[in-house]
Amino acid sequence: MAGMSELTASQRFQAFANPARFMALSDRLLPFCVVVTALLLAAGLYLSLFDSPADYQQGETVRIMYIHVPSAWLAMFGYMVMAGSSAVALVFRHPLADIAAKSAAPIGAAFTFLALVTGSLWGRPMWGTWWVWDARLTSMLILFFLYLGYMALWATIEEPVRAGRAAAVLALVGSINVPIIHYSVVWWNTLHQPASVFRIGGPAIATSMLMPLLIMALGFTLFFVTLLLLRMRTEILRRRVRVLRLARTGR
Amino acid sequence: MSMAAFFDMGGYAAFIWPAYGLAAIVMIGLALQSVADFRTQRKLARELEAGKAARPRAPARNANPEV
Repeated sequence: MAGMSELTASQRFQAFANPARFMALSDRLLPFCVVVTALLLAAGLYLSLFDSPADYQQGETVRIMYIHVPSAWLAMFGYMVMAGSSAVALVFRHPLADIAAKSAAPIGAAFTFLALVTGSLWGRPMWGTWWVWDARLTSMLILFFLYLGYMALWATIEEPVRAGRAAAVLALVGSINVPIIHYSVVWWNTLHQPASVFRIGGPAIATSMLMPLLIMALGFTLFFVTLLLLRMRTEILRRRVRVLRLARTGR
Repeated sequence: MSMAAFFDMGGYAAFIWPAYGLAAIVMIGLALQSVADFRTQRKLARELEAGKAARPRAPARNANPEV
């Protein structure tokens, strides 16, 4: 009995040694992140709605790009954060990596949802259809389901260490989908246009449209980072509450 | 440019405004949910930690009243 409580005490010390430092650092970082996010999103909204031209082919609908493309980037970025953290959590058993992976999932899922719906709202006037079952759209829908499956796995298994391990394996297996999404417009015939920013030879997009897109993308990224930090803090507190409750009930 | 022309978005208002509106709802909603969840967990953690400090070792004795 005494041996067991010693073990849990040392485990607890290990588990909270780094999270304690993270709590102190993120507490100082968060207000700064909130301000920069708000400024970037305000500037991005102004540029994309008021200070950018209509496209010569797509007319005003090009403005949907300024939220659709950053959403899609963040959907994939979120998955890479989740899968990368899952790998670190599995290999090095680092508690913060596990917490980062879990916290990134709902944010990534939200951006995947936005990419899908804003894409649909853009596709209807430009392609004449809300949806096509082509490689880009289908692989993006699979990304959304991967996020949901990952979150469901966390919700089903109560013990955090076991839940984290199972969810990490799912995140890693699903990461094969990320390069498929990126190259889907090259490998298969599609209505979706190919990459026009991250391409060999530089961006194929006018500066007047590239600027609002990049500012908006930066704003979305800072929004992601801010919420990730906040949700990681919440998750650390949730685990502390769980440990305190278990100690109280005498288990 | 008139206000009406701006809101009309070259005839594409029905697609552009829902896209921006939904993005705003989802992002603000997620931010509010994240803040609310943080506050709930912080409150719970503080209560539990205060309770532990106020009654040291009490739970252990209550757990085995016969001993």
